[in-house]
Amino acid sequence: MGQPILEVEHLKKSYVNNVPILDDVSFSLQKGEVVVIVGPSGCGKSTFLRCINRLEEIDTGVLKLNGVSYEKEKKNISKVREKIGMVFQSYDLFPNMTILNNLLLAPMKVQKRNKEEVKKEAEQLLDRVGLLDKKDNYPRQLSGGQKQRVAIVRAMLMHPEIMLLDEITAALDPEMVREVLQVVLELAKTGMTMLIVTHEMEFARSVADRVIFMDKGNIVEENTPEQFFDNPETDRAKQFLNSFHYETVKK
Amino acid sequence: MDFEFIREQTPLYIEAAKLTLHMAVIGVLLAIVVGLVCSMIKYFRIPVLRQIVECYIELSRNTPLLIQLFFLYFGLPKIGIVLSSEQCAITGLTFLGGSYMAEAFRSGLDNVPPIQVESALSLGMSKSQVFTNIILPQAVSNSIPAFCANAIFLIKETSVFSAVALADLMFVTKDLIGIYYKTDEALFMLVIAYLIILLPISLICSFVERRVRYAEYGD
Repeated sequence: MGQPILEVEHLKKSYVNNVPILDDVSFSLQKGEVVVIVGPSGCGKSTFLRCINRLEEIDTGVLKLNGVSYEKEKKNISKVREKIGMVFQSYDLFPNMTILNNLLLAPMKVQKRNKEEVKKEAEQLLDRVGLLDKKDNYPRQLSGGQKQRVAIVRAMLMHPEIMLLDEITAALDPEMVREVLQVVLELAKTGMTMLIVTHEMEFARSVADRVIFMDKGNIVEENTPEQFFDNPETDRAKQFLNSFHYETVKK
Repeated sequence: MDFEFIREQTPLYIEAAKLTLHMAVIGVLLAIVVGLVCSMIKYFRIPVLRQIVECYIELSRNTPLLIQLFFLYFGLPKIGIVLSSEQCAITGLTFLGGSYMAEAFRSGLDNVPPIQVESALSLGMSKSQVFTNIILPQAVSNSIPAFCANAIFLIKETSVFSAVALADLMFVTKDLIGIYYKTDEALFMLVIAYLIILLPISLICSFVERRVRYAEYGD
């Protein structure tokens, strides 16, 4: 294994009252790897992702992208964020712009790329997620699943080195979950490095190279998806996975 | 109702309406400028200036325009500042309207969801890019309804300008009642004059409000 693309060392983060939300988390991600983080609500998974692109300030610890630490970066933090794409749980498209303008904004303003060139790429990607005919629509005219697919395309257009997906299907109706996760699976096939927080266990199993189980601000278990879902090592993970099963009611 | 009298006095009302509208337009535009500046100061939490803006807003919103005008017209000359009736009227309206516009725009800024800012930041945009491209346009369309309501409110407030000897609609009406005792006719024309000024503005406002609906959130 070469140098990890992303390294997190001894990350600590607490909100008010000094209650730790992340308690000494260390983690690394290799290029092309897809890591899924699972865990109960409030265990710090989302905060962990938000700390990685510095939407949340960390208390102590080291964050490194391609070996360069950026946890104290102030001015050039947007340069780091350019390389770390992120998609959120709630639909975060800009409501006052058409789908195409949502996609063009950052590549043109941040990367100063040529409009025609970005537009061509944006249309290609939209076509791949089956939404080319929506390019002149406004976000409110799209369904939740369509919006999330656009949000993924928007992040991809910045050519990020890593994608962070924060429960991107948690706010969707069940039948829309699949269309979004299908796009993520496609991305994984292209070799995109991804860190995914999700509650969709079947999806986690099929997309992940490695599964991380977090609880109470710590990484409790790190395993291959097969091992983790079929034969978890820790009791806490077993307990968590059991909560997804229901006993058959016998009458 | 003496329609002959109404016909005769119409030119007087037209002149007064022009004056009212003239004062109102300048006042409202200046109020918007003051409001934008004040809301920015509050939004970016600029020290010292922010406290001053805070005091101004409370003072302006919690005193009647009539008292503000009296202060400008009768109070300021005592310390050697003499303003004309027009200057008093515009200053007063701007002073009052500025705080209302500031609050309208500030709530527009506050109502831009944090997720909008975060997703723009995570696309690598700098803080100033996020402000000009994401926050500002959404805040403006958020606050259009409140802006319109304030504009109409301020135009109606111009009816107290007669107190500082400005020959506006109210002034002319009171004059005519005093001279001819034609109370019904004078008040009738006053109402009509205000409606002629305000109805089109109100219609334009609802049109603009419909146009900016695209910025609505949710599904």
